[in-house]
Amino acid sequence: MASLGALLEGIASLAVILDARETFIAIPSGLALVQYTFRLDPIACYFNLALAVVTLAISIYSFGYLDGFAPQKPLGVFCFFYALLLISLTVVFTAANALLFLIAWEMMAVAAYFLVSFDHEKTENRRAGLLFLVMSHVGTGALILAFLLLGTWAGGFDFATFHLARHSLTPLRQGTLFLLFFFGFGVKAGMVPVHIWLPAAHPAAPSNVSALMSAIVIKTGIYGIIRVSFDFLETPPLWAGLLVLFAGIASAILGVLYALIEPDLKRMLAYSTIENAGIILMALGATLVFQSYGRPMLAGVALIACLFHIFNHAVFKALLFLSAGAVVHATGTRNMERMGGLIRPMPLTALCFLIGAIAISGLPPLNGFVSEWLAYQALLGGFGSTPSLTRMVFPVAGSLLALTGALAAACFVRAFGIGFLALPRSSQATQAHEVHVSMLAGMGFLAALCAGLGLGANLLLPIFDPLTVALLGVQMSGNLTMAGGIALSSGSPRGGTVAPAALAGLLVLLSLLAGVLLATWWRRGRRVQGPTWDCGLPGLTEYNEYTATAFSKPLRMIFAVLYQPRREILAEFEVSAYYPTSVRFETEVDPAFETHLYSPLKDWIIARANWLRTMQTGSIHAYLAYIFVTLILLLLFGVRS
Amino acid sequence: MTEMLVKSGVQLVLLLLVAPLISGIVKTLKARLQTRRGPDVFQPYRDLFKLMRKGMVIPDTASWIFSVTPYIVFATATLVGLMIPMTATDAPLSLFGGVLAVVYLLALGRFFLALAGLDTGSSFGGLGSSREMTISAIAEPAMMLAIFTVALGANSTNLSEMAQAAVSQSWKFLEPSQMLAFAALFVVLIAETGRIPVDNQATHLELTMIHEAMILEYSGPYLALIELGAWIKQLVLMTLLVNTFFPFGLSSDWTVAGLGMGLVVYLGKLLGLACFIVMVETTNAKMRLFRVPELLAVAFILGALALISTFLF
Repeated sequence: MASLGALLEGIASLAVILDARETFIAIPSGLALVQYTFRLDPIACYFNLALAVVTLAISIYSFGYLDGFAPQKPLGVFCFFYALLLISLTVVFTAANALLFLIAWEMMAVAAYFLVSFDHEKTENRRAGLLFLVMSHVGTGALILAFLLLGTWAGGFDFATFHLARHSLTPLRQGTLFLLFFFGFGVKAGMVPVHIWLPAAHPAAPSNVSALMSAIVIKTGIYGIIRVSFDFLETPPLWAGLLVLFAGIASAILGVLYALIEPDLKRMLAYSTIENAGIILMALGATLVFQSYGRPMLAGVALIACLFHIFNHAVFKALLFLSAGAVVHATGTRNMERMGGLIRPMPLTALCFLIGAIAISGLPPLNGFVSEWLAYQALLGGFGSTPSLTRMVFPVAGSLLALTGALAAACFVRAFGIGFLALPRSSQATQAHEVHVSMLAGMGFLAALCAGLGLGANLLLPIFDPLTVALLGVQMSGNLTMAGGIALSSGSPRGGTVAPAALAGLLVLLSLLAGVLLATWWRRGRRVQGPTWDCGLPGLTEYNEYTATAFSKPLRMIFAVLYQPRREILAEFEVSAYYPTSVRFETEVDPAFETHLYSPLKDWIIARANWLRTMQTGSIHAYLAYIFVTLILLLLFGVRS
Repeated sequence: MTEMLVKSGVQLVLLLLVAPLISGIVKTLKARLQTRRGPDVFQPYRDLFKLMRKGMVIPDTASWIFSVTPYIVFATATLVGLMIPMTATDAPLSLFGGVLAVVYLLALGRFFLALAGLDTGSSFGGLGSSREMTISAIAEPAMMLAIFTVALGANSTNLSEMAQAAVSQSWKFLEPSQMLAFAALFVVLIAETGRIPVDNQATHLELTMIHEAMILEYSGPYLALIELGAWIKQLVLMTLLVNTFFPFGLSSDWTVAGLGMGLVVYLGKLLGLACFIVMVETTNAKMRLFRVPELLAVAFILGALALISTFLF
């Protein structure tokens, strides 16, 4: 146990050291060339800062969380891979050489694989780990190809070389590279349709790992896309920006729609990660489009929306995964339908989850609202300043962002309402207890950060200056604050303003006003406890409660085209069909991407592999013949050239 | 600072006074149109006072969410009310948030209301929450498109700026983009305030209610706060509609004379809109829940057309 404690402390201090180092060099200093091929430029530092903040919270949380695994599981192994993942993430963000980057990228995938399948006794988890590894390598394959092409064309594998050589690339080559990079990084970012590993891998991993993966590992993909489009290539053409924008819209809408019908709490959060990756990609796509139209100020607003949402999502998604982990820890189930009433035994966990839910739904005054507000402003500005049909894209994207936000709110009302409120729905939920204090500390830190990032958003804007200067060459913070820094503005002189801190203060003030109103008028009244109306049946039980499945039923019917729901009702009766003795109800949603895209693809690959198997006779003579033929061919090739 | 406080105070009083009145007017007009006598226009005030003095029953199963929700619903609605121009073009708190903040603050109130519906453990509450979140989700894109159209005309999402722009330009309601945006926002108004054909405020029939189902377990002062919040929200949405599309009589300063004049015109405009709402409510039957998305899809199309026509015409 002592060694366990020491190991964990090591991790925590590692996090703190990481933290200290980054905040020390980090954002204001700008480009500081550390020896060898690590580069701590503003973008790298920004992502590392997010990593450090989230890691700090997760590591504190892990003290209590890992105790639950202690006797049966090899925690040393866990800690090793956890530390490896952290190191490789840091290297991925700071590497300034393609080869180093790819090595770190692979290390990250492998470490994450071992962490995902940590609970390897369950077949489901092993399969999830494998799926993650396969998808990750499909992406890496595209990246290796892209880096090799770029390295050949640019004449070197340093990022600096790429940057210098970017003007000499033909548009065709630029386009090819962009597509390859976008696909490769998109897999990691959880972009639709290459997202399928995400809802499998996130729930399978221990919750602290899910939090780290959802908060940071996903962002390595976004980091890659940003790095490629601003650093390696010239200003990408219009179609590239639109492609990113559309991929973002698709991911956001589909992600949240799948999240809405998911009864598994952690899997729901995984789908919501896809949604948020979509929002980030939307803002990034808008940035690229504005760049290609030569609108640096608008691009600046969109870029800040994108970067701010990256950080915000890291914070609130980590918070939500950690709270979900606490709930799973206390109840032993991930199924929302078997939770319920947890706000009484676990009040603090519930509060943390609620704060995360409000933030992720983009509701004021927390941080999610601020980044979505900036995204709206950028999209709105896009309509007025882009020519022809392109301009229609922005308001439509804006309205779909509104749809996403509203659906996310519905999704998190469902998660919190069904999971934490009303009566417990199972015996495990009844026996739940509040979790260890270190877990609460980790969650509390992130919850406070959600509030701080929202309320203090206008004070944090200068942090983005080095980033926008490095990527776009514009300084934004001066334009984005108004009225002595109280309000956040949309960048144009009369565009629009918002002041989250003032809104929060006024909400409190007005609630107090309502309290005073109540106190003065409410003289005679008494406040009594009473039973909830149960339609005259004998007492309210958990069977009367609305379920998560029922909650999302209207949306399941409205979006039936997408879900293709299938249901089966089996009623047994003796006298009349109106008095069934037992009813069995089954409902299922068609996993569209798995059945229509991946299954045919998998079958095709297996068929081709079988076809190739004819070569593998198993006879040593045949293999010798292959080697001989290859040698001859290579010699011929060598002689000719 | 003091100026802002005074303005906020005036508008707050106005909000608290006018919101129940409008609700009463709609109820009375509706009754008359259906050849009933109905309550007089001041009935909502009496209801409020009555509820305020009653005791209340808190369900055993409910947590603190249930008790916090009435305050949040009231506070968000009132705050939003202070951010929109009512009688003068510059709203007291428009610096703190424009039309996007209005939409999202109302969403915050709804978020908690839906949680409170689930908190009681009754199946009615869950049913109401589920439907409310569904309908608001599919109303959102239409609302955002219509708002975008209007904001583009004024080149701002700041409500005071938008009102200023509307007043300074010649009245352009007859332009296709404006009319289409008005139609889209009107459908959204019907859906958001729980009126026929989307929902029916007057019903407590188990299977059809939406908003009423969520607040079924509330009683006494908490119910009063929620009702007042709902009335203010309705007033806010109606104000948004009349002042954006019919910007007459908006006073440009906060003098007593200007405000008085503005108030008269404002009440007149609200009355007109109320009549229109009553007409719609009386001549339509409530829709099946699953027909509502079609209605809102129409609103979305109207919003999209409004946007397209801003650069076609």
